Amino acid sequence: MELILLSLVLVLSVFVGFELISKVPATLHTPLMSGANAISGITLVGALLAVGRSDTFGDLSLWLGATAVVFATINVVGGYLVTDRMLSMFQRKTSKGSIPRSASEE
Amino acid sequence: MLFAVVATLLFHEILSWPMLIVCLAIGSIVGTFASRLIAMTSMPEMVAIFNGLGGGASLLVGWAALFYSLELTVAVTVILSVLIGGVTFSGSVIAWGKLGEWLPSKSIIFLGQRWINGLLLISVLGCTVCFILDPSSQSIYLYIVIGLALTIGILAVLPIGGADMPVVISLLNSYSGIAACAAGFAINNVVLIVAGSLVGAAGFILTSIMCKAMNRSLVSVLFSGFGASKAAQKIDGEARAISVEDVYYVLEGASTVVIVPGYGMAVAQAQHVVRELGALLEDNGTEVSYAIHPVAGRMPGHMNVLLAEANVSYEQLIEMDVINPRMAAVDVAVVIGANDVVNPSARDDSDSPIYGMPIINVDEARIVLVLKRSLASGFAGVDNPLFFAPNTRMLFGDAKASISAVVNQFKT
Repeated sequence: MELILLSLVLVLSVFVGFELISKVPATLHTPLMSGANAISGITLVGALLAVGRSDTFGDLSLWLGATAVVFATINVVGGYLVTDRMLSMFQRKTSKGSIPRSASEE
Repeated sequence: MLFAVVATLLFHEILSWPMLIVCLAIGSIVGTFASRLIAMTSMPEMVAIFNGLGGGASLLVGWAALFYSLELTVAVTVILSVLIGGVTFSGSVIAWGKLGEWLPSKSIIFLGQRWINGLLLISVLGCTVCFILDPSSQSIYLYIVIGLALTIGILAVLPIGGADMPVVISLLNSYSGIAACAAGFAINNVVLIVAGSLVGAAGFILTSIMCKAMNRSLVSVLFSGFGASKAAQKIDGEARAISVEDVYYVLEGASTVVIVPGYGMAVAQAQHVVRELGALLEDNGTEVSYAIHPVAGRMPGHMNVLLAEANVSYEQLIEMDVINPRMAAVDVAVVIGANDVVNPSARDDSDSPIYGMPIINVDEARIVLVLKRSLASGFAGVDNPLFFAPNTRMLFGDAKASISAVVNQFKT
């Protein structure tokens, strides 16, 4: 029964995903991708569980989980920050036409 | 997402706090530094390696899940998450290497590649079945599947050349989502399933957009190198070079200018000087816009990010389908480090390997200025008749240096 329920969730979220994402304009494809990338780091939750459930050091499952936590955290933290950095560059510029700061720094 | 993490920490019995905190700290620090320090031009590598880490984490989570349950459904989903996670991980590392140019970025094809891939696939299937029949966390078949998945990831990405990278990155992105989804099934976690399938869908949509923009099927991107199929038409003619000074006069007198950036602009890090030139032209009363081909660069939206970094306003970035009908009314089209995406033979020459790929019709503009290091053909190895067209002038040299020189002409 549980499996059926989970599969239902899967199908529904695939539909929602397709609906939402096909509306993103091409200009924002890179931030979209890196954002999605950060979300895939949600495996972190699973990794936390894997680490949390074992109590003896030296356990293989503990080390697997620990490595997974490091990987997933880099993915999540890095992915979000990078996406944020990119999106902030896409903000509408107020002073159009003037030579920007970044260009004069070069 | 933070909520999901905190809830997990609170509502499950966590026994090894110190370990967890250390790991979270390491991950956060590495992630923060990596994302702050990376240059925008290296963004494709960054996305690739993050993808790989996500896939790797799913592999490990699936594996660890076996220590707590060996039911049939768990075994099936674990093997899925291990397989997809493994392919994502090693494939992304190779993609990272190719994008960072410490691996050759052109397609690497060796004899018998298809046979080896076929053999690998069959053995993976065999081992998967053996594992499911007798699941255990230390099963020899599990180890073999992990090893094979990593090998398949490497072999799958090696033959893919630089210009196909946008497709591969989006595909790997999709895989990392599917892997997270499978891991979610393995540990019965709804959050993982929902988030994973969203990412899977996002990656898949991007993949199909990229394929469409190259007029190639996913299968042909994945399984064949470029260009070997048909002999490209040779072009007789002479390319006409132009001096920096003349470029200045041409641009100075133009009333509409369209700039078409490509991967060459990213390599030369020329986005800031391009922006400066654009601003000078605008001050001069010229209408400036930037035409972006969907697969220009090495990842979806690559050019948009670079130009946004250089402070080009969002409204000036125009998609291919919007700019093409207007092209005939454009005075000067400036092609910066782009080649195949402006090659008219994709439109006119049915023998060309890239025939059918949608292009930006720069050849319809009154004057086309092409900034390029040499006359060498682009990634697809196809000669570009654009360079020999009567209305084309070539400005040879490094894009950044050339544009800086033109900018200086404007200032003096």
